[in-house]
Amino acid sequence: MERFDFIEMKVPAKPEYVGVIRLSISGIANRMGFSYEDIEDLKVAISEAITNAVTHAYHENDEGEVTVGFAVYEDRLEVMVADHGGSFDLNEIKDGIGPYKNTESVENLREGGFGLFLINTLMDKVQINNNYGVIILMTKYLNETEVDLDDDQISTTQ
Amino acid sequence: MNLVIDVVEENNKSVVNLSGEIDAYTAPNLKESLLPLTQKEGNTVEVDLGNVNYMDSTGLGVFISALKSTKENGSEMKLVNIQDRVLRLFKITGLDEIMDLNSTIRGVTE
Repeated sequence: MERFDFIEMKVPAKPEYVGVIRLSISGIANRMGFSYEDIEDLKVAISEAITNAVTHAYHENDEGEVTVGFAVYEDRLEVMVADHGGSFDLNEIKDGIGPYKNTESVENLREGGFGLFLINTLMDKVQINNNYGVIILMTKYLNETEVDLDDDQISTTQ
Repeated sequence: MNLVIDVVEENNKSVVNLSGEIDAYTAPNLKESLLPLTQKEGNTVEVDLGNVNYMDSTGLGVFISALKSTKENGSEMKLVNIQDRVLRLFKITGLDEIMDLNSTIRGVTE
């Protein structure tokens, strides 16, 4: 199995913590050697995912948590955002996850319309699991040759 | 991680100077400040984003609401001094086609 470091954080499902996670990913990505542009992309993508979780996860219950996981590989960063407080079983999540399809009931994810679209555009790979709560798994590769904006939605559109 | 909103009112013109980050936490305040300005008929709202170094779709949402409001109320809105990274989001989403944008001296529009 491929080696990786794993970092997990739980924050209250409140908008004021979106910025905290943004600082965290900035630090992790910087440590990995991502470019300034890529770090900015990662900051937007993770903020969108957490904003979705914060906005939609806990309509009636303000006590909720958002769980964020960072898997640091040699060549890429995988980021998981779950709108529930449970811990990740990485392998289990990966087994249950598939490419995002337009036919899936992600209408409620499209808060403001652009959140998921931006995640798709800014990350190299995006997968969504809707089985229990919503988990967004997104990947960005280090040192990948520049991809055109139109071309980097490979596994996320049909 | 905050957003400072400073509004200067002139004749038929409101200049909104923003400084900081626009995200899920700060966007509601921005909306609250911005929308009433767009509801005055004949008003021109100029939003200076020169000191906004981070924005995501929550910010885009606010500006979309404000744009709609200008159409409904006969006012105008322009966004000026937009930094590169922020401008990129307007371009990716195609909003640069429908909004009056003016990028920064620090950035180069493509």
